[in-house]
Amino acid sequence: MNDLMKAVAQEYAARQDFPKFGAGDTITVTYKIKEGTKERLQSFRGVVLQRKGGGINETFTIRKMSGNIGVERIIPIESPFIEKIEVNKYGKVRRARIFYLRKLTGKKARIKEKRF
Amino acid sequence: MPGLLGKKIGMTSIFSAEGKNVPCTVIEAGPCVVTQIKTKEKDGYNAVQIAFDDKREKNSTKPMVGHFKKANTAPKRKVAEFRGVFDHLKLGDILNVGEVLKNDRWIDVTGTTKGKGFQGVVKRHGFRGVGDSTHGQHNRLRAPGSLGASSYPSRVFKGMRMAGQMGGDRVKVINIAIVKLIPEKNILIVKGSVPGSNGSYLIINK
Repeated sequence: MNDLMKAVAQEYAARQDFPKFGAGDTITVTYKIKEGTKERLQSFRGVVLQRKGGGINETFTIRKMSGNIGVERIIPIESPFIEKIEVNKYGKVRRARIFYLRKLTGKKARIKEKRF
Repeated sequence: MPGLLGKKIGMTSIFSAEGKNVPCTVIEAGPCVVTQIKTKEKDGYNAVQIAFDDKREKNSTKPMVGHFKKANTAPKRKVAEFRGVFDHLKLGDILNVGEVLKNDRWIDVTGTTKGKGFQGVVKRHGFRGVGDSTHGQHNRLRAPGSLGASSYPSRVFKGMRMAGQMGGDRVKVINIAIVKLIPEKNILIVKGSVPGSNGSYLIINK
């Protein structure tokens, strides 16, 4: 990245420190929702499919099964609406983007937990 | 104050105070040097010439080196003129983004759009093409269709939209909002896009 782009990224960068997480990890994101003038919190727990982009444009994709239907959210990591991020489980996966998970259901959609 | 010269660095997105994700362009604006002051008596019109982006003397022609020496500065890559009388400016003055755009919220940006080469009417003018690949069509899916009537007027009107060179034009985008200035690094961040590829030169008008 260009030096000046980095300077801009720095100017607007990281207001909070989230725990480290990547593809395969199960996390819970708590974010603010605006309804008219009121604000409330909602959490979304699921598996991280990928982290994408760099600097202030970085986003992550998180997927959960809501009943039978897969639901995915793409969230910018610099979004001011994120209240907090919790890592529930570190998963052991071999690739950085685990889109193959979308096609799997039931027992096949399990991810092994990482042992340290 | 006249405008500035700048260079497009790239695009990014920034969250505004209201929490909206705003697409932004980062521009390296200035510092520019005043290299010539044109006057009505001497040149026939009033203007100030400014230059931006150093280059090595080895890569400059001798006449250009001499021209920049008059302003006591290194040779520059890009030179532009701003019409008008700017009494407070002298030869060799340096213009910085922090001072020039201090009180502005909106600017105009001029640049050269990305060249697209020779393009057909569908891409160049937004024609819809022939909607069907069946019913006897076989090779004219993106054709322009009729160019006009026949024996009257017996010619094609001037300005009829046809295929041709697309892009590489000089385009001015007016009234784009300034998001932020970072004067120490000569950075100007504006809302939305500006013409040209990354690294191309821009003229910033107030």
